[in-house]
Amino acid sequence: MNAALGMFCFFVGVTLVITWWASARTTTSKGFYAAHREIGGVQNGWAVAGDYMSAASFLGITGLIAFYGFDGFMYSVGFLVAYLTVLFLVAEPLRNVGKYTMADLISFRLHGKGVRAIAAISTLVVALFYMIAQMVGAGSLVDLLLPAASYTTAIVVVGALMIVYVMFGGMLATTWVQIIKAVLLLAGAIAISIMVLAHYGFSLPQLFGAAANVAGPAGPTNLLHSGLLYEGGHGALNLLSLGLALVLGTAGLPHILMRFYTVPSAKAARTSVAWAMVLIGVFYLTTMFMGLGAATLVGKADIGTHVRDAAAIAYISKQPAAEQPALNVQLKTKHYVVPSENNNMAAPLLANFLGGSYFMAFIAAVAFATILAVVAGLTISASSAFAHDIWWNLVRGGKGDEREQLRVARATAAAVGIVAIVLSIGLRTLNVAFLVGLAFAVAASANVPVIVLSLSWRRFNKTGAICGMLAGLVSSLGIIAISPAIMGVDPPLSATHHFIQMAPLFPLDNPGLLSIPLGFLGAILGTLLSRDPQAEADFDQLLVRANTGMGAEV
Amino acid sequence: MEARPRVEASGVEHHHLTPGDWSKVANEPRFRSLIADKRRFIVPATVFFLAYFLALPVLVGFAPATMERAVWGPVTVANLFALSQFAMAWILLALYLWRARGYDATERAVTEDVRKEFGAP
Repeated sequence: MNAALGMFCFFVGVTLVITWWASARTTTSKGFYAAHREIGGVQNGWAVAGDYMSAASFLGITGLIAFYGFDGFMYSVGFLVAYLTVLFLVAEPLRNVGKYTMADLISFRLHGKGVRAIAAISTLVVALFYMIAQMVGAGSLVDLLLPAASYTTAIVVVGALMIVYVMFGGMLATTWVQIIKAVLLLAGAIAISIMVLAHYGFSLPQLFGAAANVAGPAGPTNLLHSGLLYEGGHGALNLLSLGLALVLGTAGLPHILMRFYTVPSAKAARTSVAWAMVLIGVFYLTTMFMGLGAATLVGKADIGTHVRDAAAIAYISKQPAAEQPALNVQLKTKHYVVPSENNNMAAPLLANFLGGSYFMAFIAAVAFATILAVVAGLTISASSAFAHDIWWNLVRGGKGDEREQLRVARATAAAVGIVAIVLSIGLRTLNVAFLVGLAFAVAASANVPVIVLSLSWRRFNKTGAICGMLAGLVSSLGIIAISPAIMGVDPPLSATHHFIQMAPLFPLDNPGLLSIPLGFLGAILGTLLSRDPQAEADFDQLLVRANTGMGAEV
Repeated sequence: MEARPRVEASGVEHHHLTPGDWSKVANEPRFRSLIADKRRFIVPATVFFLAYFLALPVLVGFAPATMERAVWGPVTVANLFALSQFAMAWILLALYLWRARGYDATERAVTEDVRKEFGAP
């Protein structure tokens, strides 16, 4: 896997040169947070795509489709359709009204510290959850691809790089890291898809025919059928809850929203969404070819996490005595023993099957690049929530030294990165895959209702915003705590474990179905409890500015 | 790769407008028609895409018999419905981009009116 390391180092080298170039141009807070609002609409479209197509999508969804077929593809559909929410409801008004953060939009006419503070906290929660999920993924990936490097090394390297990009290069460096990564990822995904199709003689009926009849230990599986992942009594509600969180949540993801401040106008923001939707759509279509290719060409038995080190020794000790010597030899020679239920290796293994070890190395390097670009975007959004919303607006009252603001923003980026590194190392053995779904659920429940109502309902007020955000935040966090993501009784040999070893109280994996309506309900009831004539009067100004761009930040 | 400075937005500061001024602009017929135009497209389009998208998990979950019917080789109704979501998203995107050119024209006219009435800074 030295080839993967070499390609990854080349990517890091290029991005560090960009960071050095960007650092000379990042001398003001506007430069740091928004790249001086000089990114072109098309470039920003690529950057939005690079910010959004995460390793969870590339590795995770490919693996889900390889294992569970159609149910995994539901994620792909939701991730694209979600951009219609961004296009119709959020991108242009946000660019016209706000400055750097989501809280800027919400507190445009809902003044007061409470609204901004809770919006900033919600931003930090979403960014941190999402970041930890990505970083733990990075650690596991390095663990498998580069046995020489440890999990901890991987997390520290990813964390240190994201801190360097953001701290020195700000939004400008982050943008170009995301653009380069988007190009690489799309190239890789399209290449794999074409090779899969070539394998089936460019005949879709042949590919689907193979996918409908995948051999397995328990007989053939039809991957085109639903219900392989979401089965049983709550399967349908699970799908609906997930779908709702995906389709609404994207419009409340702070690192995506922040990208629309980097372009010169609302029109350019619209162009960004359009390009992003084309790129993201093509990418998620390729997950179908990659997933079905991995299932039919590599096979489920050969995709799986290889248990290593202490976990492997523990695993071997529990196997029948007759099998232990062979497993010990395997551990010595290959540094791992046989698979569990993890499917993250589907895409790299498929690349190995189709194009050999160098192609696999390229795909692995692309996966690292993907993780880096996404965590950099998350770091800068978390940094802006703290430095711009909490420090500058709440502590300093919106007045103060420009150089101090930049200094605080840089320091926060480093602090956020260090917190993420520590948490990711600490959470190593916990199953954190649910954190991505949770980040979407929090965004959909706490952020989106308030963003939408503040732009469309004159009567909406501070109490409504605070109640809405709190209801969405508390309910999504509370419900996930009693859901199967946190509560569950683990089988004895499980590589990861649940936080609470008890049967779950809430049956669905994603809280969205309940927490999103609660977010809206909180916002509406809170509004009806009080009146804010000032906010109602300011609605005219918001409406004009959001729809014409008059007075927009330049 | 060099990010070129662009001056695209009007660059006009409108902070000197009083709340009353903003309300006046908000009630101008041209601005009202811009908002009405946007709502006429965005509200139904949003309702439609949410319904079309959520119909996928609902139908797959609650009407599996119909959705699992193979219609093209082994490809099922649900498979085609899922793929059609991509087409739906891209078609709505194209429609919106096409409509938005009209919004931009009205928006420029409104901005010009405001400049005439309240003066350029």
